[in-house]
Amino acid sequence: MEELKIEKIKEGTVIDHIPKGNAINVIKILGICSDSSASIGINVPSSRMGSKDIIKIEGRSLSATEIAKLSMVAPKATINQIRNYKVEIKSNVDLPERVIGIVRCINTRCITRAMEPIKSEFYIVASEPMTIRCIYCEIEMNGNMIHDNII
Amino acid sequence: MTGRDIISISDLSIEEIFEIFGAAERLSKAVTGRGIDLLKGRVLASLFFEPSTRTRLSFESAMAKLGGTSISISDPASSSLSKGETLADTIKIIDSYSDVIVIRHPKDGAAKLASRFAEHPVINAGDGAGQHPTQTLLDLFTMWKEKKEISGLNVGIVGDLRYGRTVHSLAIALVRMGANLFLISPEELAMPSHLLRAISVESSPKISNSLERIIPNLDVVYATRIQKERFPDEAEYLKVADSYKINAKLLSKGKEDVIVMHPLPRVNEIDSEVDSTKYAKYFDQAKNGVPVRMAILSKILGEEY
Ligand SMILES: [Zn+2]
Repeated sequence: MEELKIEKIKEGTVIDHIPKGNAINVIKILGICSDSSASIGINVPSSRMGSKDIIKIEGRSLSATEIAKLSMVAPKATINQIRNYKVEIKSNVDLPERVIGIVRCINTRCITRAMEPIKSEFYIVASEPMTIRCIYCEIEMNGNMIHDNII
Repeated sequence: MTGRDIISISDLSIEEIFEIFGAAERLSKAVTGRGIDLLKGRVLASLFFEPSTRTRLSFESAMAKLGGTSISISDPASSSLSKGETLADTIKIIDSYSDVIVIRHPKDGAAKLASRFAEHPVINAGDGAGQHPTQTLLDLFTMWKEKKEISGLNVGIVGDLRYGRTVHSLAIALVRMGANLFLISPEELAMPSHLLRAISVESSPKISNSLERIIPNLDVVYATRIQKERFPDEAEYLKVADSYKINAKLLSKGKEDVIVMHPLPRVNEIDSEVDSTKYAKYFDQAKNGVPVRMAILSKILGEEY
């Protein structure tokens, strides 16, 4: 394993194998600002990905919803739960079959944007690059279009 | 197909499409004159949040010929039922009054939403997303009836391929069924590239801006409406409208048995001199809407014929 140039954490979560340049998007999506401290590695060399981003969040674990949101930005990320400086649980981000209630449809004429008792819902068309299709209006969204519309 | 929603043409397999054609043929023979009792006591609710008189009448006629009844709200957009009410609530109520709902709505994906809240089947009669599966089915049925098969057919779609969104689902369905597509339009009304990519997965359509050049190849000319509001000025519109106008002289350069279709209403894409020629099939096409809708209604209501 490659040497990381960022500090080890005592308790918390390490999100590894984020596609390079996407750490900032992950921070934004997870809303890491006031309640926890995080260190970010950008363009870290990786045997698997060439180079990657990595985030270490002190004193915090991820909820299922947060993992679902993370999957939209970093579908191949690894989540390490750290306890007492050691990796306690290591898991991969699983791409859900449907993306429900976490991305807003970009189409303003879509019925999911009206005041209706439904959540947004997308099929996954491709994961590289991440492409999703609204099951209601059938519009396709990818890349930043998705990142900018995570609810 | 009992209980199935008909939201998008791609929800139907090729086999199911042919099953519908077969039933439409049988039913059109059976209902000449008095009609039959196949759907006696069944109620169709038509909810047209956007006017489309002929689609609605065609559904209601199909239901009546099969012995069923139709109920409708004359103007759902302004009725008390929908004031401040969600579409989901409206659908739940109408669903409790009826056995099948036919909906037309301006919002993209509205019919899909309706299908989620209705227990009975929902038929999409056109939504903002450009799906209008019963129109697509009657277009395909007309080609099949006239030409005996769709696979291998050379079909030219002419006119507005950019904004005419029901044409997009027709193009996709034709390619799925093995037809060869010819896309004929001025550059400013060309088919959007993402659709072209979707279509080109199975075959590569031929693209041209000249119907005159392409017509000798075609078995079917499918004309679409060219709308004035798509052009910056009247002169530009007239220039395009004129160069894509279908008349007897143009058709004489085509195959002996070429047919002309149009979803109607036409503006002036087809010269009225064509109406009385053997090429004209657009009125038959409109007429086919009734047996095709009878076939769909009987199938999803579980009454095979
Ligand atoms: Zn949508």
